[in-house]
Amino acid sequence: MGLVALVVVGLLVADLRYSQLGTARAFLDTLLIPVHTVADIPAAIGRWQERHLRSRSSLMEDNDHLSRENLVLKGRLQQMASLQANNARLRALLNSSALLRDDVLVAEVIGVAPDPVRHQLLLDKGGSDDVYAGQPLIDADGLMGQVIEVSEFTSRVLLITDATHSVPVQVNRNGVRAVAEGTGSLDLLEVHHVAATTDIAEGDLLVTSGLGQRFPIGYPVATVTRVERDPGQAFARIEARPAAALDRARHVLLVFARGDVAEVNAEAGAGG
Amino acid sequence: MVEQQARGYWVILSSFLLAYVLAIVPLTGLAAWLRPEWLALVLIYWAIALPYRVGLATAMLAGLGMDVLEGAVIGQNMLALALVVLLSRLLYQRLRVFSIGQQALTVFFLAGVHQLVCQWIQTVEGAGARSLWFMLPAITSAVFWPLVLVTLRRARRHFEVY
Repeated sequence: MGLVALVVVGLLVADLRYSQLGTARAFLDTLLIPVHTVADIPAAIGRWQERHLRSRSSLMEDNDHLSRENLVLKGRLQQMASLQANNARLRALLNSSALLRDDVLVAEVIGVAPDPVRHQLLLDKGGSDDVYAGQPLIDADGLMGQVIEVSEFTSRVLLITDATHSVPVQVNRNGVRAVAEGTGSLDLLEVHHVAATTDIAEGDLLVTSGLGQRFPIGYPVATVTRVERDPGQAFARIEARPAAALDRARHVLLVFARGDVAEVNAEAGAGG
Repeated sequence: MVEQQARGYWVILSSFLLAYVLAIVPLTGLAAWLRPEWLALVLIYWAIALPYRVGLATAMLAGLGMDVLEGAVIGQNMLALALVVLLSRLLYQRLRVFSIGQQALTVFFLAGVHQLVCQWIQTVEGAGARSLWFMLPAITSAVFWPLVLVTLRRARRHFEVY
């Protein structure tokens, strides 16, 4: 019994303090993929129904909607090309290298952490697709989180709302820097240690600042929903709502930052 | 005795696999908070029914799998389940003669211990709960105990696992 206690405490410390169990964990995760697959069956049936048992009219409606959206996006993209060329020329004038667009890989969410306090996703892409620990994850609307563990065919993602996650951000309007921390609630981030006099207001968009050299610069993270300034407190109490659909997204994008994130971010900072 | 002990490993194993699946089937909203601790329930049953076969080693192995599935710190479920099995083995002679209601009450207590231990370790990790909702599974585990008991007892007798 004493031995049992010793082993368990040893494992706890090894994992918690020194993160020494990554390989063993990845191996076991691969071994347990069948359990995830079986647990996914109800959702898979739901998807199959959605795909095969839909009325013609709803499909046509969808199609119409997508064509319209596509037209709008293409329209915006026309300007994008000239703006990008413009940007590259201006950056050349400033003697800084051109910002490259990041590559992305589409992944599918195949599992969520069963514990409601733990905000993690399991993706169907892993080491065999060059996914790496620390890789940022986005959806159509904003930053979702980062990869924390890679096994051969799957990877585990920590969402930005997990209580153990923090992301360096800046206010898009004026560049004020802060750190957005997860709270364990899926629609709430808290921004701590911002002086009460700082210019930050409801409705401000927070984007990744690139500090900390983990996330590429400029991805939307959250919108400020509440700013409370108590004269008795040194810091303002700021709440924000994540931009990404953290509990709904089925398909997500893994971002491969071109080159060294730190270098690209430094260039962007120097140029902007 | 030695010959009998070799019987029905697969029944025990598949009950654990089923508990794993039930433990990670995606649930949303309140249902996620109410999810019973299936693995602890199955483990308690086997620890009471076959205390000479299912003990600490089984609890540790099952806990290790759960830690990996849940993405928890390795050792969290191992410790919690080891404690649960230890307590059930202390109590198994009494538990066997208890009425189902008394058993459910004991299970409530055991699942509560499980939740508390998990909560302590999560708090050390920095992912502690902000309310007492994490204790809800103790109640639902007690509610689902009769179902687990009847199902596993039937399986055990049918497949003659001794």
